[in-house]
Amino acid sequence: MRPLDAVVDVKRAPPRRDVPMPERCEIAIIGGGVMGLGIAYQLAKRGLTDVVVLERGYLAEGASGRNGGGVRMQWSTETNVRLMQQSIALCAGFAEEFGINVWFRQGGYLFLGRSEEERRKMERNVELQNRCGVPTKLIAPDDARDLVPELSLDGVVCAAYNPKDGVLFPWPFLWGYAQKAEAAGVRVQLYTDVKRIDVEKAGFQLHTNRGQLHARRVINAAGAWSPEVARLVGVELPNRPHRHEILSTEPLKPFLKPMVSLLSSGLYFSQSMRGEIVTGITVPDHDDGTVKLGSRLRFLTTLAKELVRVAPRLADVKILRQWAGPYDVSPDGRPILGEPAGVPGFFLACGFVGHGFMMAPVMAKLYAELLTDGEKHPVFDECRLDRFASGDIQREDMILG
Amino acid sequence: MKILVCRCEDVTLEEITHVLDRGFVSVEECKRLTGLGTGPCQGKECMLACALLCHAAGGGAHPITPFTARPPLSPTPLGALATALTTSLTTEDDE
Repeated sequence: MRPLDAVVDVKRAPPRRDVPMPERCEIAIIGGGVMGLGIAYQLAKRGLTDVVVLERGYLAEGASGRNGGGVRMQWSTETNVRLMQQSIALCAGFAEEFGINVWFRQGGYLFLGRSEEERRKMERNVELQNRCGVPTKLIAPDDARDLVPELSLDGVVCAAYNPKDGVLFPWPFLWGYAQKAEAAGVRVQLYTDVKRIDVEKAGFQLHTNRGQLHARRVINAAGAWSPEVARLVGVELPNRPHRHEILSTEPLKPFLKPMVSLLSSGLYFSQSMRGEIVTGITVPDHDDGTVKLGSRLRFLTTLAKELVRVAPRLADVKILRQWAGPYDVSPDGRPILGEPAGVPGFFLACGFVGHGFMMAPVMAKLYAELLTDGEKHPVFDECRLDRFASGDIQREDMILG
Repeated sequence: MKILVCRCEDVTLEEITHVLDRGFVSVEECKRLTGLGTGPCQGKECMLACALLCHAAGGGAHPITPFTARPPLSPTPLGALATALTTSLTTEDDE
């Protein structure tokens, strides 16, 4: 070890995992993913800096470090379309606001359909998107090939393209939010697992592997682990974890402009700014309520068959690695927000299915507005937990994977 | 002079020590912050060196663990997997 002792600097900061835990705070956020860190940053920006973020592992260990980085305005519910318009605007300004490169590129999303049913769904969604001011266009399959000459249009009957959708590299969002939030006074506690929560008269006592913390309010932003966290205060959530697998290939010279997605199979593929093809597909999984992140050969073969059918020239491209991330799947594809009945001061920011990352920039802002000024966006009423009991459900059907 | 730790992704010793100096002392964090081990060799060359640097920086206070090995073992063409026999694979649920 001696030669290495000589090259590592003695003036280093103490290990991040040993930062002492404060005794109390105004708001504790459970989950140091993009949602939790984004909310922390937006709270601090509005002057509420007495905030502690509790992350069980390291930054980017959960779904925020494992997603494909797609951001799109092509949705089937008006709320999602409008929120994503705002979120993409925030993504476009992120590098400047945070001084960090997020590899954001607006190459559009190209959806392809193979049935009349998918055509009808596409027509309905495009009309809604246009009404909201999103420039999505229904295009002929041949025009889709003008955008991506490598496409084989075998079985494709319809296509929709929005040039404003895009891709980004997820990890720097976490670092950007964390750095700015910490500079403003927020404390980010890594490797901190919340084991027990006592609901008290004026707040919550959180018991962690690294000591206790009293918080007046708590936000559950634990993603696929949010049902476990909610159970600590006696709340049962209907969202379930789902393993979503993804892979990336060797880097290639830039050739693929849009993210391409097949409605029938859930295949999607795009080219990152690093040149890799990043791609995933829907693969069924056993649902036993636990988070599973193992890699399966079945994913590689299912994906490779569909991708080579859609873009035959990619057959010679080599896969470098595959991994999995946990979707946090709500029954209607929409998030679960606000305070559940009986536990005032405990806020939910979960159930974002596979699109929590792209929703986070705008949701973090709306959540901070709610918690500081009491300014309540309609999404908080639409996405209450009790909608599942009352049956007032509007399903989002543009879910991939 | 630059000393490369990860030759696939051009990650230098200086970049790794910069990460360690900021208090991150795990192989996973070095990977996330520098891209070390995400190229064609998937860390087969660089991970041990990174682990030794993390161990030295952490003073042995925390166990150093490798990052998760990602399949496939070596770069594999999509076409080879696209033509794999489905019969032997559809019933499989390997982890």
